[in-house]
Amino acid sequence: MSADTAVPAPRRRDRVRRLSRLDPAALAGVMMRDVVLFRRYWKATTFSSIVQPTIYLVAFGVGFGSLVSHVGHVRYVQYVATGVVATAVLFSSAFPGMFNTFIRWQYQRTYDAILAAPVDVEELVTAEILWVSIRAGVYGLAPLVVGFFFGLRPHPGMLLVVLIGFVTGFGFCAFGVLIAAIAKTIDNFNYVTSAVLTPMFLVAGTFFPISTLPHGLRTIAQFNPLYHCVAVVRDVSLNTIVTADLLHVAVLVLWALLMWRLAIWRLQGRLID
Amino acid sequence: MPAAAPAIQLEGVTKRFGEIVAVDGLDLAVPPGVCFGLLGPNGAGKSTTMRMLTAQALATEGSIQVLGYELPGESKAARMEMGVVPQQDNLDVELTCRQILGVFARLYRVPRAERQEAVERALDIANLRGRADTIVRELSGGMRRRLLVARGLIHRPRLVLLDEPTVGLDPQVRQELWSLIDSLRSEGVTLLMSTHYIEEAERLSDTVAVMSGGRIIAQGTPAELVGTHAGREVLEIYGPPDRLTAVESQAIARGWRHRRSGPALALLGAEGLDGEAPQGVRRPANLEDAFVALTGQEIE
Ligand SMILES: Nc1ncnc2c1ncn2[C@@H]1O[C@H](COP(=O)(O)OP(=O)(O)OP(=O)(O)O)[C@@H](O)[C@H]1O
Ligand SMILES: [Mg+2]
Repeated sequence: MSADTAVPAPRRRDRVRRLSRLDPAALAGVMMRDVVLFRRYWKATTFSSIVQPTIYLVAFGVGFGSLVSHVGHVRYVQYVATGVVATAVLFSSAFPGMFNTFIRWQYQRTYDAILAAPVDVEELVTAEILWVSIRAGVYGLAPLVVGFFFGLRPHPGMLLVVLIGFVTGFGFCAFGVLIAAIAKTIDNFNYVTSAVLTPMFLVAGTFFPISTLPHGLRTIAQFNPLYHCVAVVRDVSLNTIVTADLLHVAVLVLWALLMWRLAIWRLQGRLID
Repeated sequence: MPAAAPAIQLEGVTKRFGEIVAVDGLDLAVPPGVCFGLLGPNGAGKSTTMRMLTAQALATEGSIQVLGYELPGESKAARMEMGVVPQQDNLDVELTCRQILGVFARLYRVPRAERQEAVERALDIANLRGRADTIVRELSGGMRRRLLVARGLIHRPRLVLLDEPTVGLDPQVRQELWSLIDSLRSEGVTLLMSTHYIEEAERLSDTVAVMSGGRIIAQGTPAELVGTHAGREVLEIYGPPDRLTAVESQAIARGWRHRRSGPALALLGAEGLDGEAPQGVRRPANLEDAFVALTGQEIE
């Protein structure tokens, strides 16, 4: 026992330093849990990520497409198929961000157990967001794959969609975590879903270009990260990349970073008494 | 050999939740290798104290050291060598026993090559080898509690915090857990255990601290506490309520230490009352008498 308790100072210092912030081992441990769960739920996740864009493409692409044949130079079905990527990313990141966080923290108390281990709130939150956003990036491809059956042409640039979806998803998942950290009850999420997420998803250039909107709304739409996501996804997928896309990407990265830090800050305050 | 540094040391620790003072100027030193019992009624501040040791609650005032690490700054290093069994079950209900242990083996940085073995060992500790692939939701309450304990031991911690580890367990499972705690202690692991089962504290703890209102009001071996606060013998007087009331006012007048205990009135330190004592049944004093004398609270 004495050998155990008499820890020499240098070794101790080493240990403290080795446990850096955002320790990869801690991130991997938390993500491992998500991976295990995903192995159980991947079928349902994949099913909905295929069915949702299919419905949009049938309803808007085919239904609406009979009225509107082109937006600019882009065929309407291509326009919607690429636009819906952002919708898929939004739904597969903001909702897990809100609900998983709230349920694991408040109902299942999983976060309490994890924080008793050598894992900090920053690592916990970051790992959870990372996992959700990787998943969101990959599933962001689903609408394009569905689009192929509706006449969208494959293009190598589409592979970048994973990356764009990842960054966008990171921001939206972190936004969800932030909301969960602020919400008093899980019902509060309804306010956010109806007043924030729904308008965001409609006014993002997904189904119609925001240039058709009145000036005021158009300005507001510029602040919608989803609008920037839609713009880049469409340009890389349809091979119409322009310099402005760099700006769109910069906005997405900023959004992700901002939400990430805010989510950690708020949840830290709620998880640690 | 110099006295070993305490495994846990709290100095003047206060924790406030708004108006509520959960822990109130607490001083506590737990030497390495002992089982230290925190005994106290509901709301005494036991869980809050435990949560401060993992930096899941931050002290409003005072200083905390765990395994030589200064909290909260170095708490992550301390948590690395510490196992926690919380009062409230926080097992991942969607995972199987094996998956939970696997995840926590990673969280506690058990090296990859040793993980498998650590999980198997923990399954043995929990006595759940046969249910290793059962989802937690489908386990019985006792099984869940055993898994909760095993999860906290996955990385062979040298300090274990047990917050009311046997609440709601049937007597047999409680016995099993008690022997587990005994064997951990004989391996040199330091244990801090909160409980409000007197018998548990008496049976397992080398030292018991009685906590009430966020502070420690008495501390010692169970025998010392009984001796100091309840004497050697207790005289229990049974009878109709008015007789008990009469004896009680006599006790107050004479300055005898006493307490109401269900249908009886108990006089503490009865060995000193010879001759003048009323009729009653004598029995050896126990930790419960000391506890009630100290906290003024009845306990199950
Ligand atoms: N997160 C919190 N916010 C506000 N008050 C709290 C919080 N946690 C604990 N308290 C209060 O602090 C006091 C001590 O609570 P604590 O849980 O530490 O007691 P305990 O000794 O563990 O009791 P029990 O035996 O019932 O588990 C109580 O009055 C409790 O209401
Ligand atoms: Mg408690």
